[in-house]
Amino acid sequence: MNRSPKDLDTSRRRIARRAVILGGLQLGGAGILGWRMRQMQVEQADAFRMLAEENRINMRLIAPPRGLIFDRNGIPLAENAQNYRIVIVREDAGDVDEAIEKLKKLIEIDPMDLERAHRELARRSPFVPVTLTDQRSWEDVALIAVNAPALPGITPDVGLTRNYPLAEDYAHIVGYVGPVSDYDLSRMDDDDPLLQIPKFQIGKTGVEQKYERRLRGKAGARQIEVNAAGRVMRELGRDDGVPGDSIQLTVESRLQNFVEARLGLNESASAVVMDPRNGDLLAVGNAPSFDPNRFVRGISVDGYQELTGNRYRPLGNKAVQGAYPPGSTFKMMVSLAALDAGLLKPEDRFYCGGHTQLGNRRFHCWKRGGHGWVDLEKSLEQSCDVYYYELAQRVGIDRIAATARRFGIGQQMDLPMSAVTAGVMPDRDWIRERYDQSWRVGDSLNAAIGQGYVLASPLQLAVMTSRIATGTRIEPRLVKMVGGVEQAPRGLEPLGFDENHLRVIRDGMHAVSNSARGTAYRSRIDADGRIMAGKTGTSQVRSVVVNNQDVPWEERDHALFVGYAPYDAPSVAVSVVVEHGGGGSSTAAPVARDILLYALYGTLPPLDSYPPEQRGDIETLQSSLTLRQDFRPGNRLSRA
Amino acid sequence: MSYLENNLRTVPTGPTKLLYLNWPIVLLLATVASVGFLMLYSVAGGSLEPWAEPQMKRFALGLTVMIAAAMVPVWFWRNVSGLAYGVSLLLLLLVEFHGTTGMGAQRWIDLGIIRLQPSELMKITLVMMLAAYYDWLDIGKTSRPLWVIIPLFLIALPTYLVLRQPDLGTSILLVTGGGIIMFLAGVSWWYFVGVVGAGVGAVTAVFSSRGTDWQLIKDYQFRRIDTFLDPASDPLGAGYHITQSKIALGSGGWTGRGFMQGTQSRLNFLPEKHTDFIFTTLAEEFGFVGAFSLLSLYVAVVFFCVVSAIANRDRFGSLVTLGIGATFFLFFAVNMAMVMGLAPVVGVPLPLVSYGGSAMLVLLLGFGIAQSAHVHRPRTR
Repeated sequence: MNRSPKDLDTSRRRIARRAVILGGLQLGGAGILGWRMRQMQVEQADAFRMLAEENRINMRLIAPPRGLIFDRNGIPLAENAQNYRIVIVREDAGDVDEAIEKLKKLIEIDPMDLERAHRELARRSPFVPVTLTDQRSWEDVALIAVNAPALPGITPDVGLTRNYPLAEDYAHIVGYVGPVSDYDLSRMDDDDPLLQIPKFQIGKTGVEQKYERRLRGKAGARQIEVNAAGRVMRELGRDDGVPGDSIQLTVESRLQNFVEARLGLNESASAVVMDPRNGDLLAVGNAPSFDPNRFVRGISVDGYQELTGNRYRPLGNKAVQGAYPPGSTFKMMVSLAALDAGLLKPEDRFYCGGHTQLGNRRFHCWKRGGHGWVDLEKSLEQSCDVYYYELAQRVGIDRIAATARRFGIGQQMDLPMSAVTAGVMPDRDWIRERYDQSWRVGDSLNAAIGQGYVLASPLQLAVMTSRIATGTRIEPRLVKMVGGVEQAPRGLEPLGFDENHLRVIRDGMHAVSNSARGTAYRSRIDADGRIMAGKTGTSQVRSVVVNNQDVPWEERDHALFVGYAPYDAPSVAVSVVVEHGGGGSSTAAPVARDILLYALYGTLPPLDSYPPEQRGDIETLQSSLTLRQDFRPGNRLSRA
Repeated sequence: MSYLENNLRTVPTGPTKLLYLNWPIVLLLATVASVGFLMLYSVAGGSLEPWAEPQMKRFALGLTVMIAAAMVPVWFWRNVSGLAYGVSLLLLLLVEFHGTTGMGAQRWIDLGIIRLQPSELMKITLVMMLAAYYDWLDIGKTSRPLWVIIPLFLIALPTYLVLRQPDLGTSILLVTGGGIIMFLAGVSWWYFVGVVGAGVGAVTAVFSSRGTDWQLIKDYQFRRIDTFLDPASDPLGAGYHITQSKIALGSGGWTGRGFMQGTQSRLNFLPEKHTDFIFTTLAEEFGFVGAFSLLSLYVAVVFFCVVSAIANRDRFGSLVTLGIGATFFLFFAVNMAMVMGLAPVVGVPLPLVSYGGSAMLVLLLGFGIAQSAHVHRPRTR
């Protein structure tokens, strides 16, 4: 093909012209790229740098060790035990199934645990350790370590978990911890980042729950660099946090153990042992009990249903949550109210013919034949009901209620335990608000013998007894020391009742267990300087009195006893309630006596502190108790 | 024969040709490739393996191929243009049936020594074919409809095959590269106005085909476009790549975080950091200074191509040089725009820097042909 030079020239110029245009466009394009670089790398560099840092730096929380709980002698009640786990890392194991098969030949593994581990292995990144089984023994760990070469990717690992060495004894006082739940989070109003850790253990009941904030400590943090897959590359910084505060309780573990064991001889019972001089709760017993460690490790559904379905309510802290009609143990309140109001002299007498007639209703004394002429001391000694029917009409419910409240009945006690009940101390205002009714004289008669609307917890009864014994406003104290700071006793000042009136009441209580006609004479203490004073109570569950042996357990009377010892220098006060136990004198009084004696001696009492004719039976009883022997020595905390 | 119309005696012969190479371009390309080695060393965590060393070997091979191609007279290249185009087309058809699937697309033919991507080869042979076509075509006919339809057809055929693989990035490069040659050859402006109009229509068609039986591009390509339009809509899914890339780039700042100190690349937040996203690592570790310097190197290469082409009175030589330069420009511009969030993620490597054998070899072959055009350009005494 021929082309003229002119054509070629035209073509060349056209190409050159368009090449310049193209070059210009390309330069423009490059300019946009350069401008974009400047915009991102110079103007917005700081923002992007921050995003890059956020990408790479993760904060991992470090859970601080939870504060420990000790008894008054420094014996550990709640501690952080080493929890030996066996973990597997997928990428190190190679064939996971083969490694697990080999492991199963060495140690036994719960199939449920394995199933869960398999699910987790499938979900997690290959470098994340997955727990195969936990709560293993040290022997298992050693076995794994020795066989490590044959078990690729499987390693023993140790973490901390809560352990309650005295198990059942402190289930209701110390409570237990468990993994934090959504419900806990919604309820607690607590923005502690520790709570966001999956399965983080928080106190669920008892002291563990009430002192949660102090026991938990402050979260530490680890700054780590992670890659895009979340693998930890290195640690950039670390703050270990602050361990939780330790707590020392006022409870004495040997006594607590004895109380639990002694109460355990009945179906369902509770007791509170208190030092009336400073309010220290020496024991808070509930029977039956349960092992709180089961909750920490994760209780099975069956196990839980067995506990909740038990008619003796092992989960309940009946000593502080249970509200019972106090029965005759309430009679001290009525007589004190009368004495204080000046409406009664100790020597005033009423005639008990077996019942009091009020309109067309008859109010019976427990003794159908009547007590004859009864003065104040005799009314307590023999627990005459008619005497108090008369007093109630003379004094009126409002005075009785005011007095009882000063002794703690119907009062909310400030104690770090779950669901502490205030009980009920009714009066005219109360019945108007509660039932929109007016108070009737009959109600006063029922209240005067601790029946009807009156409800009190064993704790309140113990406080009442302590206040009678000392004449002070003493308040119960469960926690002796928090984080090394002593918690001062409260209520050491006088209650404000005439000491002469109180002495009359104490004399009556002395007669109950020391005079041959006293209702608790059989349960007297026969040791010099350890004489017991007390009061029995039998509170009806049903209105018709029948023989307790003939009705089902749920319909039998509650047996109560309150008392203190030594009579002349009270150092221990006790209240015992045996649910549906029958009579206070036959069932509750012996329990209270055994507890008082144990508290006074600090160990199983010698047989000669019991009346001679009972020593044989007592010996049998003592040997039938299984008492804990494995108390670990108390640690460096102050000893009481 | 256009070159016969010029004075052949002025063209250098024998080994002296080496002196007449466009040395600035050779040096620039070697510098760019060295930057690539450095970055491949860095993203491997300070190791020549697995990327830097093979890349060096390939570059040495590619440099040899380029100089060898430059020694071959440009009229040979012009004469084999048609054949090269045809072979490329055949290879594209071959991968349609026998290709190895990589990254969800059929792209490779395993030749034993190297794995060839015919689509890469096509980028160069299409340029050659069109340059040869316009060299042959009577100048007066350039803008006549019949003679415009023929090059359009030449472009459309390989584009269709590449799109079927599917490789959206290469198809865009083919269409744009082909269009640029037509524009340089002097096709009337009106056609380009028409094409822009048609382009708008095509985009509309592609989008309206979404979810229908005749859907024109794959779902993942649609998703990439969505992500491009709004990366924040899916920061941990499809938008993750571009978001992380922008973070890495921006966090580089003025001078970067230091060689091998880029946290985004070192901690694997960056995807495909040794191939399509290697520029991000460079920008993170060397900052604006490093990124802008590399951009300048690229622009300089294109600049020397344009200068060489304008100075070349041979039509084929001029068009092929501009075409290679434009293809090179499209490569790096699309790649950079992509990692900076200015263009969708279409899978275009950064030329000479991204790890990859056949792309580099073919590109250097292309530069060899441009060098040949430079060496064998008509000279007047």
